[in-house]
Amino acid sequence: MIGDNKKPFGWLLLFILFWCLFACSDSKSHTKGVYLLLDTSGTYSLELKKAQALINYLLGTLQPGDTLAVGRIDTGSFSEKDIVAKVTFDDRPSVANSQKRVFMQKINKFIGTANRSRYTDISGGVLQAIEYLNEVGPGSKYILIFSDLQEELAEGYVRDVPFQLAGFHVIALNVTKLRNDIRDPKNYLRRVEKWRLKTEKGGGTWRVINDLERLDAIFQ
Amino acid sequence: MNTASILLRITPIPFLSIVIWGLLLLAAMYLARKPFHRSIEALARLVHNAMRLAAASVVLAEKRLETRNREVLLKAGLDHTERNLEREFDRISQAVNRDLEHYPKLQRNIQETLINLEEDYRSSGEIPQKLPDWVKVIEAIAKIKPNGDHMVATMLEEIHQTLAEQHKTALDRHRKDVSQRHAILSRMLPVWRSLQKTLERLEKSISSLNLRAKRIDQYMDEYQETRKQTDTAYRTLSSSSLTQFFISGLVLLVAVGGAVINFNLIALPMSEMVGGASYIGPYKTSDVAGLVIICLEICTGLFLMESLRITRLFPIIGSMDDRMRKTFFWIALGLLTILAGVESALAFMRDRIAADMEALRQTLAGVSPGSMANSIIPTVGQMVMGFILPFILTFVAIPLESFVAASRTVLGVVAAWLLRTLAFCLRLAGNLGFYLGRFIVNLYDLLIFPPLWLEGAVVRAIERSNEKKREGGQPGEIEKGQGYAPSESGKEVTE
Repeated sequence: MIGDNKKPFGWLLLFILFWCLFACSDSKSHTKGVYLLLDTSGTYSLELKKAQALINYLLGTLQPGDTLAVGRIDTGSFSEKDIVAKVTFDDRPSVANSQKRVFMQKINKFIGTANRSRYTDISGGVLQAIEYLNEVGPGSKYILIFSDLQEELAEGYVRDVPFQLAGFHVIALNVTKLRNDIRDPKNYLRRVEKWRLKTEKGGGTWRVINDLERLDAIFQ
Repeated sequence: MNTASILLRITPIPFLSIVIWGLLLLAAMYLARKPFHRSIEALARLVHNAMRLAAASVVLAEKRLETRNREVLLKAGLDHTERNLEREFDRISQAVNRDLEHYPKLQRNIQETLINLEEDYRSSGEIPQKLPDWVKVIEAIAKIKPNGDHMVATMLEEIHQTLAEQHKTALDRHRKDVSQRHAILSRMLPVWRSLQKTLERLEKSISSLNLRAKRIDQYMDEYQETRKQTDTAYRTLSSSSLTQFFISGLVLLVAVGGAVINFNLIALPMSEMVGGASYIGPYKTSDVAGLVIICLEICTGLFLMESLRITRLFPIIGSMDDRMRKTFFWIALGLLTILAGVESALAFMRDRIAADMEALRQTLAGVSPGSMANSIIPTVGQMVMGFILPFILTFVAIPLESFVAASRTVLGVVAAWLLRTLAFCLRLAGNLGFYLGRFIVNLYDLLIFPPLWLEGAVVRAIERSNEKKREGGQPGEIEKGQGYAPSESGKEVTE
């Protein structure tokens, strides 16, 4: 107590120093959260090999602390069971590297054994992605849709829920043209426009990247 | 309907309306001419005076700054010369302690050696052998010419033999003496050489002291010049300061390059220690931690240099007593070595992490990781660099001190130059304001030249008529001057 009384200014300075140090630490998260939706329906399942390269790119790009999840789009995608693999990388780079290796193995196994689904529930997948990323709480949230964006819902499935996409970046990748699109491009444009409107109505941003050679545009 | 059209409709003919308005405007301007002139002149004078006042104030500030710069520079020069003098005196003291401490002993040795040499010299002196006295007698007998007497011949023969023996003995003795003297001289040679070496050493010490004394003289001259605050000293110091500023700045830039390399060596492994996802402000905590370690190394290096009294950035360290200072030095050196070791370990870790990342990248790209070059040279190189760089950064203290010292002068010079430029600009603005006012007044008069011309014509006509009147009244004045009775009023005269 005597020491405390003798040097109150010293303690005050120390307190101010610590306060400054903690005040300086950024409360804003700089991490990224990426949820990749893979379409496994119909002919699009043939495109999954390309998705493997995309996932490898993401694994090479994401940093310690970032989150990556891969979910499949099938008949009913709004389900935890449709999450093929998910990981939040450790803060330490060496541990994060090991996690990336394990993740890659899981994806390779999935791509080798994935079954075609009859229907395409993209909205359910997006809702699942929103839920997962909101739960993880990264600094910036990305939903990548690897699909032709042709939604086909099974009977009894209701997906008229509006998306809550504030703070989300939704990116459609490798949106292939269907036979009808080749005959009438308006179909393709209408489909893409529908998803853009849906996303922007929910407060998110919308982009389309069809050229898989410029994947670096995802995080720009 | 806008104002312009209303103005144009005061007469049925718009041109006439314009002319009327123009005339009215000219009339208004003519009437307002004097107040306008006065206002513009007052404004111009105000601007001119205000700017001149501000310029004078700035010039005063510049002079003060110049004086302060001069004082700072001369003080720095004095300090520098004092340090040099102190160092030279230290060196002389060390040299005297080292070389001349044993001077009394040396002198005694030299004296003893000289005595020995003298004795040896004396004993080696050639003393001609004295012939025995009877040799002269025999010589006289030997000079007797033989007259055929056998006895005499025998006697002479014996004398000859005796002389021959004597000669041989004398020769032997002479040789022996000569060899003895040679032996003494041979003994003298190493003593002589040793003496020569001692004297050479002494001469070297003395010449070194002479050299230092000359240098001290030179520093003393500089010191006196600086104390007298002469312009030569100021110019010399100023030029030296600028040179120091640029050279130390250049060296500091090189040091910054070294620090950046150092940072790159430890930033990645620091993310393994403090995590790669946390941030302080917009910067990664691992980067900040790496930077802090480098700053700590530089600070420790500064303290090390301070405790060695190479730099004087922290006078409190320099003024510590020697024991404390030495302790401080060893603590700083220990900390620096620990930091260098930590950095070396981090460099090793960095190499491992980088290799792991590269392997992962290759796996993701579908390339076999086995194709990577497997050599320990980069690892060792990075570790050595990690260990050495903190010690190299220690030497940053020297250019940093010079830079800080020179910056004061350079900043002062730059500030003085800026003030001078500002004063010039203010004076220029003041003059521009003044002449702009005059220009506006002239322009105004140019715009209203018709009424002015008219005014001039009227004034000239009035003056002419006045002159005529005066000319008409002049004879009356002459008459007045010629003694005409002065009238009560000029009126009568002119009438």
